[in-house]
Amino acid sequence: MSNIFVVGYDDSDTARRALDFAVSRAKAQGGEIIVAHVLEWSPYSFLSPTELEERHKRRQQELERAESAILAPVLKDLEKSGVKATGAMRYGQIADTICAIARDEKADQIIVGRHGEGGLAQRVFGSVAGTLTQIAPVPCTIVP
Amino acid sequence: MITKLTRATFGALAFTGLAAPAAAQSIDETVNQIFSDSTGWFVNLIFSNFPGTSFPWIVGWLVIGATVFTLYFGFIQFRVIRHSIALVKGDYSDPKNAGEVSHFQALATALSGTVGLGNIAGVAVAIGIGGPGATFWMILAGLMGMASKFTECTLGVKYRNEYADGRVSGGPMYYLTKGFAERGLPGGKVLAVLFSIFCILGALGGGNMFQANQAHQQITGVVGQYPGWITGFVFAGLVFAVIIGGIKSIAKVTEKVVPFMGVLYVGTALIIIAMNYHLIGWAFGQIFAGAFTGLGVAGGMVGALIQGFKRAAFSNEAGVGSAAIAHSAVRTNEPITEGFVSLLEPFIDTVVVCTMTALVIIITQQLVTDPATGLYLLNEAGTSVRTIGDTSGVGLTSAAFGSAISWFPYVLALAVVLFAFSTMITWSYYGLKAWTYLFGEGDTKELVFKVIFCIFVVIGAAAQLGPVIDFSDAAIFAMAVVNIIGLYFLMPIVKRELDSYLGRLKSGEIKKFQ
Repeated sequence: MSNIFVVGYDDSDTARRALDFAVSRAKAQGGEIIVAHVLEWSPYSFLSPTELEERHKRRQQELERAESAILAPVLKDLEKSGVKATGAMRYGQIADTICAIARDEKADQIIVGRHGEGGLAQRVFGSVAGTLTQIAPVPCTIVP
Repeated sequence: MITKLTRATFGALAFTGLAAPAAAQSIDETVNQIFSDSTGWFVNLIFSNFPGTSFPWIVGWLVIGATVFTLYFGFIQFRVIRHSIALVKGDYSDPKNAGEVSHFQALATALSGTVGLGNIAGVAVAIGIGGPGATFWMILAGLMGMASKFTECTLGVKYRNEYADGRVSGGPMYYLTKGFAERGLPGGKVLAVLFSIFCILGALGGGNMFQANQAHQQITGVVGQYPGWITGFVFAGLVFAVIIGGIKSIAKVTEKVVPFMGVLYVGTALIIIAMNYHLIGWAFGQIFAGAFTGLGVAGGMVGALIQGFKRAAFSNEAGVGSAAIAHSAVRTNEPITEGFVSLLEPFIDTVVVCTMTALVIIITQQLVTDPATGLYLLNEAGTSVRTIGDTSGVGLTSAAFGSAISWFPYVLALAVVLFAFSTMITWSYYGLKAWTYLFGEGDTKELVFKVIFCIFVVIGAAAQLGPVIDFSDAAIFAMAVVNIIGLYFLMPIVKRELDSYLGRLKSGEIKKFQ
């Protein structure tokens, strides 16, 4: 049987560790990896008129940059390591969007890193890993 | 908002204004003289009254336009409002388009250009002169204005320009040109050029100098008198940093604080109304009775009607064409959907926010009545209702809020300054779009306009240039003359879009996502 792992990836060290963990699982159990990169975005944010005008252009630039600087290199690495991997890139609230990707791709597991910032900021704003433990539609592994 | 206390109010501000050095004053006077001599005819033309009445024809023009659009589209503002809200919530937005401009964002940006002084000062002027009854007519005009806004914003999206690099830009100058050409009508280009000229003048005046001037009045009201050019330079520096320096952080702060201020303002108004809940019924009674009898105000029922219509039109800018520029950036394949969303704008601006101001002023009983007859007493000149503490304009709103919550006038002063700033940023963009329509796109050409815009911030804050402000006010309403003529010719196109869309919505071809 083939397992599908959705890995939340953002080019940080912790995300890298989560990906390495997913690779070892995928190799051991025989599975494929979906590298999910979320560009944080809210349709309810406030923009100036100039930002409105340029939004479509900026979005293209952001997608191209994320593709070339983040997703493409990591997919190339994965290809070398012999694990089947695809990329997924979307705009949205990070935890919600990772869950949406997992649902759409019928994933078996979500794997994310955590930034481990304790203290006040996290208490107030929450964290992606913390939110995922509450809302993930499939089992969720948090890699320290 | 752009609007403007009346010229009379502005004149009063000028008299109570800064004690400028004599030399500076004579320069001001010279500028005033030259300016009013050369532009007075235009101002008089725009603000002149219907013969034999004190009803400015331009207000009639806006209200007649709103009525025509309301009837032509079969009371569209009431039929689709639930769908409008669903659109803003994103129920009909394709998730694949996440990251593009949403309906909410286009609406919020357009609102930041209209919510402001008109809602705070303008309403107080209306109530001060027209009594509580003015509120009724103001709400009615706001409801009608929704149809004007619907028409212009649908056209703004339909005929916008989409450039190869992905930018979009739209507004009346584009729909006047392209829409008229499509219908085979002559004169579209002429109207578009006229609109652009008025838009640039309006942006520099009502969208800039007036705002800077009022912000300065507010600041001196709190900290005491100091020269206006200081405020001018600070504001100009901030505007410069945002529109030329591209400093996102200032714009970001404004974008976050302004909606917060709007919510705080409405929230506080609701609290004050709740504190006086036993007077709510009475307040509405005053509004209805005043609307049809005047309750003793100067001009009676007609006086109340004129004031209400005038302030609503000045506050929500429906029919002026400005909002069509901001709304056209939305990402949608259906231009009509932005029309549906834009009609919420006069509703929020006038029916909600302006009404809050009016209710607070009425319910805190700032207006003096004769206990024997229940009619409102007039001031000595007989021109407006006597108020506790002889306040008017922003002062009246401030006193009303202050009577219930003593520290709120400081928050209000801050809100007015922030609203003024966000209105300036939005109007600098409207002006720039008109400028590039006339002179073409290009970094140097755009920089020229932006620098001119910043210079006018300083002039607006420093000088008491009444005639200049009159002229820019007149320019904003001249935009409406050109725009509404265009809308009359182009409304069949909107009708076609509307019928097609509603048909597909009913048949289920247009579905909610999720």
